[in-house]
Amino acid sequence: MDILQILISDSFWAAALRIATPLIFGVLGALICEKSGVLNLGIEGIFAAGAMAGWMAVWLGAGLWGGLLVAALVGGFFGLIHAILTVPLGLSQHVSGLGVTMLATSVSYFTYRTALPQVSSPPKIVPFQPLDIPVLSDLPFVGPVLFQQTAMTWLALVMVALVWWVLNRTPLGLAIRAVGDNPDAVDAQGLSVYGLRIGAVVAGSALMALGGAFLTMSAFDSFFFGMVNGRGWICIALVIFASWRPGKALLGALLFGAFDAFQVRLQTEVGAFVPSQIFLMAPYVLSIFALVIVARRAEYPGALLKPWFKGQR
Amino acid sequence: MTNTRVLSLNNLSKRFGSVVANDAVSIELHRGEVLALLGENGAGKTTLMNMLFGHYLPDGGSIDVADESGDMRPLTLGHPQAALEAGIGMVHQHFTLAENLTVLDSILLGSESLLAWRHKRKAARAKVGRIMQRTGLTVGLDEQIGKLTVGERQRVEILKALYHDARILVLDEPTAVLTPQEADTLFENIGAMTKDGLSVIFISHKLREVLAFSHRISVLRHGKLVGEIATSDADERVIARMMVGADTPTTPREAMAPGAPVLALKTTTVKGDSARTSLHAVDLTIHAHEIVGIAGVSGNGQSALARLVSGLATPDSGELLISGKPIHRFTPPVMQKAGVGRIPEDRHHDGIIGAMSVAENLVIERLRDSDVQKYGFLQQNSIRSHAQDLCKDYDVRGPGIDADARLLSGGNIQKLILARVFECMPDLILANQPTRGLDMGAAAEVARRLLEARARGAGVLLISEDLDEVLALSDRIIVIHDGQLHEAHTNDREAIGLMMAGEQA
Repeated sequence: MDILQILISDSFWAAALRIATPLIFGVLGALICEKSGVLNLGIEGIFAAGAMAGWMAVWLGAGLWGGLLVAALVGGFFGLIHAILTVPLGLSQHVSGLGVTMLATSVSYFTYRTALPQVSSPPKIVPFQPLDIPVLSDLPFVGPVLFQQTAMTWLALVMVALVWWVLNRTPLGLAIRAVGDNPDAVDAQGLSVYGLRIGAVVAGSALMALGGAFLTMSAFDSFFFGMVNGRGWICIALVIFASWRPGKALLGALLFGAFDAFQVRLQTEVGAFVPSQIFLMAPYVLSIFALVIVARRAEYPGALLKPWFKGQR
Repeated sequence: MTNTRVLSLNNLSKRFGSVVANDAVSIELHRGEVLALLGENGAGKTTLMNMLFGHYLPDGGSIDVADESGDMRPLTLGHPQAALEAGIGMVHQHFTLAENLTVLDSILLGSESLLAWRHKRKAARAKVGRIMQRTGLTVGLDEQIGKLTVGERQRVEILKALYHDARILVLDEPTAVLTPQEADTLFENIGAMTKDGLSVIFISHKLREVLAFSHRISVLRHGKLVGEIATSDADERVIARMMVGADTPTTPREAMAPGAPVLALKTTTVKGDSARTSLHAVDLTIHAHEIVGIAGVSGNGQSALARLVSGLATPDSGELLISGKPIHRFTPPVMQKAGVGRIPEDRHHDGIIGAMSVAENLVIERLRDSDVQKYGFLQQNSIRSHAQDLCKDYDVRGPGIDADARLLSGGNIQKLILARVFECMPDLILANQPTRGLDMGAAAEVARRLLEARARGAGVLLISEDLDEVLALSDRIIVIHDGQLHEAHTNDREAIGLMMAGEQA
């Protein structure tokens, strides 16, 4: 199998989309936060919390969709902590975000260990299954790539459209874009800067948690330590790559998914001569290059990282 | 003008710490009236308007606003939303526009329910179109705010207020950032709007426009309302006396023979962002004992010229000589050593470091001098006593020399910069918009210091958008337009205005 064959195989593209799915959730979540002017570095920990909470809810007897709801609520909770620290209190968004990552990660592991002190192999749940749509799933190429994914992948794609619509076609989205560029503009119109920012961070964090939940409830069927493995940080980079546009965010996530799917397949080809770490590294290195090229022209939301206090102008 | 009241401020008071910003101020406004609110910097004009608009909660007093049927109703204080709903629109001195939005989106912001699932852009477009037609305030609705000129942004702000059905419009120093022509257009538009029944309060320092365009004038001094006068009964001297409490001295200036050239540009070209903001092969000579005023509409190459002379831009071709010596390396320290003193355009941003103390800001341009540092250690005692002396000489008032420089008022920041620059006895002074936003007292002080430097033998390059200032101070006036310099051999406002608009006299 040579490189060209990899690129035209349906399994490669299906894997790319599958790998991209948690990133799509994460990058959309980070994008919403940043559009409102708040960088949310809690993402890595919120991924872990979402993965843990969704999986545990299902393991305790909730349905799969119920598990997703729990994951979103837990994500929203950690988002609220970050929002309160950074928006009304105006603390450093970097420090608070990293703190939330450490807190959420540790709380997840702690809960897992406390609930399951004795297990050596983690218990499994029945995760989301690949869709089986009559006719469509049997189509050549597009069938396996698009119509044999799980419902969560489709949810992610729907979210891209939804986030785009809300940001660009609704008064709420307009207010979020404005508050991330110049909070005074929003305040002068009698809208609440704090309300908008806190709401955006909570909603964005809930989306991030869904990305985490995908890992335990769709990609795998149980929870492991370290399973988030930097996906949150990749999302932070992808937001810049995407210039804060949902459509480009989807593209960026797919690109990363494709790099990752490609390196796995390439490893089986030339793995005998090249150390496997090189391949594992490749998607990240390529992301950095893509970022360097794109990000120089990126137009940051004007008020990103800048706290705003009522009555001070 | 009818006699129906639309607004009354009743005994409004506001204190910030120990500072009384407003002391029982009462003002009334009538339908279709243009009221000018005058006062020096720190007199409390902006505070008063911010209370009206709900940005600040008054410590005492109340506000009544007429509703649509003309009945006076008390306004809920401290809530911008309540002010908006009562029909009050405010255009702040520093615009509150998000640069990433389009004009239409900026106007729409806050006008719709946040829960609506889509904008009613079409209806909004039609409504804004009608307002534009009625008032003559035109601007492209699909342009991005970030790409608009200051004048256009201001139009967006006014449109925004009118779109929200404002019946009372508050303009905080609307012409501070406008060219004379733009200002005239603005007041024409305001005239058209008041015919529709809109009432306007505008804050200003400029006596000329206050006299020309208002119906009534209220003057604030030290937070108190010290006088109200119908514009038809007022003249410049009367108002000036009300503002400062005494007659303002006019700056005496004596004729002087120009000395040797201190600055010479020889077919110098500096490329800017666009052809219009570049300098194109300009020649310019400034002599000792001479103030050369550069008049022009902003964005015609002034900033390229200022950047060149302050050492922030390198000429793409041509020569620059300071006191006869050609400059080869263009960095701020080189220019400073060559004898250039700089008063930057944006004094808050480029003139001081706000988070450092007044004393530190005063020595920031001469960190190598032995009274400032020895062996790499700051000489705190000499720095502080030096600051004490300078603050006294230049009348820099504020919370003291150890306080952060950002706590000073605009006028005092400018005095701090003057002190720092003039202390070094520069041969050439670049004064870029030196009195923009300053009150009459502070502006007169700046003018006096510039004339003093001229008498001592310095040359002054005065860049200003305030034509009155250029006319009052300059020995020669040069008009800048499209990156070209044209000497104006006249003192006639009209003729210079035409040159500024690009028409050759």
